[in-house]
Amino acid sequence: MTDTTAHAPARYDRPSALAFLGYAAAVVIILWSFAGAGFSVDKMLSAPPRFADFVDRAFPPNLEPQVLERLGWKMLETLQIALAGAVIGVIVSVPVALLAARGLIVGPWVNQIVRTILGFIRAVPDIAWALVFVVAVGLGPFAGMLAIAIDTIGFCGRFFADDMEGIEKGPSESLSATGARKLDVVACATIPAAMPAFISTSLYALEKAVRSSTILGLVGAGGIGIELKVGFDLFDYPTAMTVILMIAVVVIAIEHLSGWARTKIIGEQR
Amino acid sequence: MITAPVLPVDMRVTGLAKSFAGTPIFADVSFGLPRGEATAIVGANGTGKSTLLRCLMGLIPADAGEITVLGTDVSTAPPAALRQMRAQMGLVSQKHNLVPRLSVLSNVVHGLLGQRPGIRHWSQSLAPAASREAAMAALDKVGLARLAQRRADRLSGGQSQRVAIARALVGQPKILIADEPTASLDPAAGEDVMDLFFDLARQEGVTVVFISHNIEHALRYGDRVLGLAGGRMPLDARAESLSAAALRGLYD
Repeated sequence: MTDTTAHAPARYDRPSALAFLGYAAAVVIILWSFAGAGFSVDKMLSAPPRFADFVDRAFPPNLEPQVLERLGWKMLETLQIALAGAVIGVIVSVPVALLAARGLIVGPWVNQIVRTILGFIRAVPDIAWALVFVVAVGLGPFAGMLAIAIDTIGFCGRFFADDMEGIEKGPSESLSATGARKLDVVACATIPAAMPAFISTSLYALEKAVRSSTILGLVGAGGIGIELKVGFDLFDYPTAMTVILMIAVVVIAIEHLSGWARTKIIGEQR
Repeated sequence: MITAPVLPVDMRVTGLAKSFAGTPIFADVSFGLPRGEATAIVGANGTGKSTLLRCLMGLIPADAGEITVLGTDVSTAPPAALRQMRAQMGLVSQKHNLVPRLSVLSNVVHGLLGQRPGIRHWSQSLAPAASREAAMAALDKVGLARLAQRRADRLSGGQSQRVAIARALVGQPKILIADEPTASLDPAAGEDVMDLFFDLARQEGVTVVFISHNIEHALRYGDRVLGLAGGRMPLDARAESLSAAALRGLYD
């Protein structure tokens, strides 16, 4: 045995001067943001009674049969907007992702341009897209569906491309070695290998679409959101509460359904 | 040294050099592959054996030198001509490289994509009858016709490498390239795969280049052995003139 015991490293590294400045700056920025956000202890203290007042007026939620029926149909329309928009978005995302994926079909310039456009699409909030499409195609669910579709393209186009870049290159190389064209290689090796990731990403896109579609009605793009707005505008808090609870139940249900579908379809893989 | 018999040459390499990011891998590599012969490439890890094979197929560009494969100049050929050349070659690699979620038959049908591009060869279900039959015949040759419907990721290592061989053979290639085909198999399965591979290659009169870390394999299955070491190719000899001990020297 050796006569020296091995020394464990110090528990903490001494930060460099630069790192210390970085931490200090981060703390300052966070505090400044609280100030910018109008953080107020007074309001924090006065909020609970007001919130309780709202809850008092909103409960019990409005469960009249004709209200539930009306809201039920609106909820169905919301899900239809979400599903139709997500499906169109996912389908369009596949060719878009082929253009965005580096080293797959097209050169780096095209990849960069497509990725920049996708970044722009994601940077614009869904509700803003809904406003744009309400102007373009008029009030109603079609504007909402288009907003969901474009939002899904921004999300899936980027992640499908990342999924395809991340797959193992061996099968593609073996097909290239038989003289296959790029498009054939992508169709036969890249896309099948990325398929589990595509399915997972698409299910997230659907969850996201359902969440988004519930508020698009606020700007007149169809769905149950309009009922929420009307409820608050008319101080009909019980009905607004019904809408909120309905949205919560449906969104949670969709998340569970999508999680179940994910394990069912791809869970047994590897 | 025994002179090679005069055979048509399927592949000729002259003065080949390749480096990665300024680090030279090999230089001044020259050899020819006579039709119907099997050539083993041996050498320690990192001597550039796999890189050499990739250069031969034009999958990566060489820095210098000339490669002519089946009459095609690999370094100057336009992409279409390169594809045409590769359509007459088959590759079997260390990791088999089957597409995991597809059926065995679809994977073999993919071997025809070089000759018959397009959507009909994306999957066995779309493939024309003649292609399906060709793929089944190739599977039959490797003894796995009964597994045609099985998903490729449900195969054992030996089965999966046999399917990769069927995929390489289905297009009736003139040259077969194998990059350590037994590296991921246990010794018994490795022997089986090598026997099968060389039986089929000799039956069809195919020119073979293969990489092997197994000196016995190189001597038994190769007509000729090329050795890479120290960034050069110091060994180019008929297999029967070599001893296992001489080959081991290459790894020191």
